[in-house]
Amino acid sequence: MRRDFITYCFGYLAALSLTGIAFACVFYRLLPPVQTFALVLVLALIQVIVHMRCFLHISLKRSARADLQLILFSAMIILLMVGGTLVVLFNLSARMM
Amino acid sequence: MTFWHILLGRLTWDSLVFVEAWRNPTISEIIGGLAGGVAVLGAALLFGLITILGRWRYLWTVWLTSLDHKKIGIMYMVFAVIMLCRALIEAVLMRTQQAIAINNPGLVAPDHFAQLFSTHGTIMVFFVGMPLLTGLMNFVMPLQIGSRDVAFPYMNSISLWLTVGGGIMMMASLVVGKFSTGGWSGYPPYTELAFNGGVGPDYWIWAVSLSSLGAMMTGINFAVTVYKFRSPGMRWMRLPLFTWTTLCTAILMIFAMPPLTVATLLLAADRYLGMHFFTNDLGGNVMNFVNLFWLFGHPEVYILILPAFGVYSEVVSAFSSKELYGYTSLVIATMVIAILSFTVWLHHFFTMGQSAGVNSFFGIATMLIGIPTGVKIYDWIWTMFWGEVRFSTSMLFSIAFMITFVIGGMTGIILATPPLDYLVHNTLFLVAHFHNMLIPGTLYGVIAGYYYWFPKAFGFRLSEKWGRIAFVCWVPGFYLAFMPLYVMGASGVARRTQELFDPALRPWVIAAEIGALLLLAGLASLFIQLYVSIRQRHTTRVPVGDPWDARGLEWSMSAPPPEYNFAVIPQVSRRDPFHWQKINNGAYKPADHYRDIEVPKNSMCGVLIGLGMTACFTGLVWHMWWLAVCGFTFSLGTAIARSFMRDVRRTIPAAEVEAQHRRWLETTAAALPIPRHLEMTPENEGLAKWQG
Repeated sequence: MRRDFITYCFGYLAALSLTGIAFACVFYRLLPPVQTFALVLVLALIQVIVHMRCFLHISLKRSARADLQLILFSAMIILLMVGGTLVVLFNLSARMM
Repeated sequence: MTFWHILLGRLTWDSLVFVEAWRNPTISEIIGGLAGGVAVLGAALLFGLITILGRWRYLWTVWLTSLDHKKIGIMYMVFAVIMLCRALIEAVLMRTQQAIAINNPGLVAPDHFAQLFSTHGTIMVFFVGMPLLTGLMNFVMPLQIGSRDVAFPYMNSISLWLTVGGGIMMMASLVVGKFSTGGWSGYPPYTELAFNGGVGPDYWIWAVSLSSLGAMMTGINFAVTVYKFRSPGMRWMRLPLFTWTTLCTAILMIFAMPPLTVATLLLAADRYLGMHFFTNDLGGNVMNFVNLFWLFGHPEVYILILPAFGVYSEVVSAFSSKELYGYTSLVIATMVIAILSFTVWLHHFFTMGQSAGVNSFFGIATMLIGIPTGVKIYDWIWTMFWGEVRFSTSMLFSIAFMITFVIGGMTGIILATPPLDYLVHNTLFLVAHFHNMLIPGTLYGVIAGYYYWFPKAFGFRLSEKWGRIAFVCWVPGFYLAFMPLYVMGASGVARRTQELFDPALRPWVIAAEIGALLLLAGLASLFIQLYVSIRQRHTTRVPVGDPWDARGLEWSMSAPPPEYNFAVIPQVSRRDPFHWQKINNGAYKPADHYRDIEVPKNSMCGVLIGLGMTACFTGLVWHMWWLAVCGFTFSLGTAIARSFMRDVRRTIPAAEVEAQHRRWLETTAAALPIPRHLEMTPENEGLAKWQG
């Protein structure tokens, strides 16, 4: 119970600060646009992992193994779909220039 | 904005096909009017018949509101067969048109012809293929894994009624308004507002959206069921192969349906909200629609084919009286196909203009799919090898599948080669190819599975004689109808052509026409088979429930199965559990201890949500905004109201379970065990004699 509470608190704070940093970067223009964009993307990815770990209780433990497999599989399919779409559309776009 | 305009939106008298046919009585319009008339009369006849027979209450309480996975599966199949009748008649009409229309306008006008191929494709994929397989999986999979139901019985009912709602919209388009003329894939910019202002593309968008929502929920339901609801001891590598293909199909449904929903909704946003996702101007990108559509479309092909692979695995093993050869390789092949199916979507648009490097990557990925598929074919052949093969209807269709599917696969390899694809792109060669995959790969599988599991579902066998007649129609019919299309396509005839101009094509189109008629005869003989089998059911009953001496858990209970499937949840210790129970004298034994069983109560919420969403989407098609809002609110309200209901399960007392189980055991004890070569005779009561 106590452990759960700590995990949730940690997750909440981590999520909050990750979001805060992203917003701060854009608002105060700490970095040039391209780097800002890259940083926001990285922060979002870390955020995804924080959510999975702290709120959805995905871990390497045996009891959560099936969930982990499903998440990894989903990640792979999404990577294939999104990555493939980007490759195809950028390729088309380049050839139309 | 008059009152009528607000009430009826775009709907006017002219939207009715009958009015159109009256004003402009050409053959094409009259055919349209007749089709509309058949739809209306058919519906009226059905409602009238149910009313006269006083069966509404029975239908409502026993079937429509049922959450039992077996009944939902059967309803899926009944629905799909009704849609199949329409889509097959449309196919025959198209073939007739092409047979006549050589330097001749023929029967149907170009616009009408375009509606025909659009509805034919949309119906066959979304409202025939998918519901047929979903029905089979619904019925069989929980029985195979030793479960009492799917994971979410109520969601199962919603999926069914969303799909049926899409079918109702397809049928409505026959009577009011025109359907899309943009083909089953509905490519913009042709389907955009600028070129197609009518209701056609909207009908397509919303009917397909309903179906894809239903299919995605089905996918979630099945995947969770296989993951969480297996009986104790049913480890992954002990699952029957049909369950494996169901799981892979379910995963494909979960990931493949969303891109379609996104594509259709973005197209809807273009058409309704003035956006520019896929328009020609203002930054729209048509190619992204094509890309999104096939991100769905290719996995969809395997959604349609994988379950049939599962059926063949079960059928070939049972009717060869042998363990499935190469179980592990079949499982791996299934998984590899499922994953590879997400890496090949670009082969549907090789000619769109990407670089040769991109095309060759996807060409090679496509050819790779041939490897696991080939593995499967060899496994089935080795399963038959030295087995006691009985050439039942199921087995005949399975063998026809193996031969025909390989031919289709070969032409697939031709199409997977980009330079060759450029030559036959969008010709009848492609049409022949995918029919060559889907007719053996889906339809034969469904027929084989239907014949195989029918005795389990209804307690009596189907007529073997009429099954063979159907076989003689479906298989030569297929070859006659589609082999000429390869020839015509290779000589450059474009698909979706309403009129031809080369008299040299005449023999080919006429052969194809005869083939199409044979296929129609095949459908008719399936109906006759059903009728004849019901008439002679007293001689073909199999109450014990194992008419084919088969191996999976689904054969270990009475036929038809009790509502709760298993009196006692079975303990599984190896693959083909029922086969080993029979060998080790563990089958047909009373349990030591019976427990109360909880089953879901019937619920009308699934029907209401499905019909509410249908009303909503129909309102959107016709710009009746009030109807759209009411329909959606109604569905949402029903879903919320249902979530407050606590009393949704019903308990069947242990005593009743025990009584039913013992009654079945008495039937079993009285039945005569029969050897396999007598399984087509009236002696077969569903108890197999052990033969080693």
